Amino acid sequence: MTSARRKAYGVKGAPYAFLLPATILFALFFALPIGYAIWLSLHKVQVKGLGLGSGARSEVWAGLENYTDALTDSELLHGALRVLGYGAIVIPVMLGLALLFALMLDTDRVRLAPFTRLAIFLPYAIPGVVAALLWGFLYLPDVSPFYFVLDKLGMPQPDLLDGGPLYLALSNIAVWGGTGFNMIVIYTSLRAIPAEVYEAAKLDGATPLQIALRIKIPMVAPSLVLTFFFSIIATLQVFSEPTTLKPLTNSVSTTWSPLMKVYQDAFGKSDIHSAAATAVIIALVTLALSFGFLRTANSRTRQEEAR
Amino acid sequence: MPNTKLGRLVATSVAVALGATALAACGSSDDDSRADSGPVSLTYWSWTPGMDKVADLWNKGPGKKDQITVTVKKQASGDTLVTKILTAHKAKKAPDLVQAEYQALPTLVSNDALADIAGEAGGVKDKFAEGVWQQTTLGSDAVYAIPQDSGPMMFYYRQDLFKKYGLKVPETWDEFAETARALKKKSPDTDLTTFSANDSGLFAGLAQQAGAKWWTTEGDKWKVGIDDAASQKVADFWGGLVEEGAIDNQPMYTPAWNKALNTGKQIAWVSAVWAPGTLTTAAPDTKGKWAMAPLPQWTDSDNVTGSWGGSSTAVTTDSQHKAAAAKFASWLNTDPEALTALAKEGGIYPAATTAQTSDAFAEPPAFFSNQPDFYTKAADIAKTTAPSAWGPNVNVAYTTFKDAFGKAAKNKSDFGAALKTMQDDTVADMKKQGFEVAE
Repeated sequence: MTSARRKAYGVKGAPYAFLLPATILFALFFALPIGYAIWLSLHKVQVKGLGLGSGARSEVWAGLENYTDALTDSELLHGALRVLGYGAIVIPVMLGLALLFALMLDTDRVRLAPFTRLAIFLPYAIPGVVAALLWGFLYLPDVSPFYFVLDKLGMPQPDLLDGGPLYLALSNIAVWGGTGFNMIVIYTSLRAIPAEVYEAAKLDGATPLQIALRIKIPMVAPSLVLTFFFSIIATLQVFSEPTTLKPLTNSVSTTWSPLMKVYQDAFGKSDIHSAAATAVIIALVTLALSFGFLRTANSRTRQEEAR
Repeated sequence: MPNTKLGRLVATSVAVALGATALAACGSSDDDSRADSGPVSLTYWSWTPGMDKVADLWNKGPGKKDQITVTVKKQASGDTLVTKILTAHKAKKAPDLVQAEYQALPTLVSNDALADIAGEAGGVKDKFAEGVWQQTTLGSDAVYAIPQDSGPMMFYYRQDLFKKYGLKVPETWDEFAETARALKKKSPDTDLTTFSANDSGLFAGLAQQAGAKWWTTEGDKWKVGIDDAASQKVADFWGGLVEEGAIDNQPMYTPAWNKALNTGKQIAWVSAVWAPGTLTTAAPDTKGKWAMAPLPQWTDSDNVTGSWGGSSTAVTTDSQHKAAAAKFASWLNTDPEALTALAKEGGIYPAATTAQTSDAFAEPPAFFSNQPDFYTKAADIAKTTAPSAWGPNVNVAYTTFKDAFGKAAKNKSDFGAALKTMQDDTVADMKKQGFEVAE
């Protein structure tokens, strides 16, 4: 009866009809641009002679040339290493602070919780470029109030826009801006833990610290994994902070991070073909790293559950 | 649940429908009338402030008679606009007229984005200094643009502080170095100026003054001379001053730089004719305390300057009304009324020689009210501008400059090595693109 009716109304095609809008959108605004980027990355511009006048320039097939060029470019490698160093500071510090703040807000004795939560979250609402400009001004010795105070106190004034401290300076901007968001994610999942669990723990005589370490952290592990996953992607795509600080110092080159190199190739050197190849490489590395992490994290949680 | 699903479906369908309409609209927007006889409307991409007001003068005056209407679309300046023009040209949708810096012309020509308007606009050649005009022809018989403004380089200094520290205005670069050292001795916290690696145009202009020719052609081949003897001389000179600590090594246009100029921590600036505008915003407290002098020379007998900045008006190959566009470009850059308006509204320093001594430039800039003959002097200096030689990948050379010289300035290391990097990267890029490059 039911199957007959389904046939009668032609419901078999319905799922596809429902899928159609999403498929079209996906094809138009996702698959097509990516396909075009890959197509660009496999071509290059060939100039004849002096290259002046019409017809002197043509787009030719380049094969994997742009890819081999990008992979053998030491500047891209150095950029990747710089970003790794930056990420090694940002991710642990930012997530550590986010977890700490979330746990502290979740304790019973906290006062002014809504205000504190908002105050920690607020920097996330400030656009990255604005935050970088704001901090950039604070890092410049001649205009920073901090340096003024240090100078008056006769303390040493480190150059924050050079060498090692530059990494701290850049990381600080990311930590300042990102901690609040991650804290909210972790805090939300903390609030979702049923109260009975705490009651049981208290009856068993667990201290608040023990509750935090033995119950809360393991129970919010999934959201920790999630925030870690987001942070890896955000770190690999770091662009606006160093780009905004670049005009303020000689220490940030135009190719400081891999994404800055893509921008520089495309808009500084007008070479969209190499830029496309580098962009594809960055996308693949980001995919591999973030999903690699997600897989290991998932398999570990599953193992623990099995135990 | 079903409700949200339905909502999502409706939303997506609406989005698709909207997207489709938008696409359809894009496709049908380009069928304007093609005939050159009827009314013509032109689009002009420019970053000069107040350009729309100057275009209005045209639309109400000569343009009305010829039925040519120009619409100005305000753009970001410099390199970003070059990229935008090239992208639009790829889609065959570049505007009729574009503003382009002189050093960008070879890149644009090499991408076949600029039309040869020698037939329509070649007649205005006499209105410009030889060295300026030659930049728009790229050494050929073609004319790819009409010069708009120029940026002859000059030496700016704090008159009051030079007196205070007992310094003489340097006439040669040797004297410039001596002045920097003398100032360091008298006031260790004060710098004469800084070597900034964040604007390649400054170094290019200084090299040009020394006689460098970065790109030249030999038959069908390009010759790149970025590390020629003249440029090396300039690089070594500035590198030496930075290394011995006689001048600062921090970039320009930062809040710190503004403060240094405003508080007298830096007391001079090698710049161009447009410097009063920059100083007005960077160092507002020092109004009336600056003076302008010719750029220091390499030998006593020389009298040349380089140029830093300056731009032209070009007609694109995508334009359907090239003759009309060329007519407007000629009017804009040679007509006295247009040039006066450009000077007033846009604050530009015109490339047309007669305009440099016109009424618009009788008074000095407000920031330099203490130097009544500012523009008379400027016009004299402008005449001594050395010719420049730009190539098809100035953007690559400029980017490499920023990184290589930025690093060298930071480490106070060899500027000659940075210049070599600039040469090598530029040649490598040209070869990669397929240009014939002579060794």
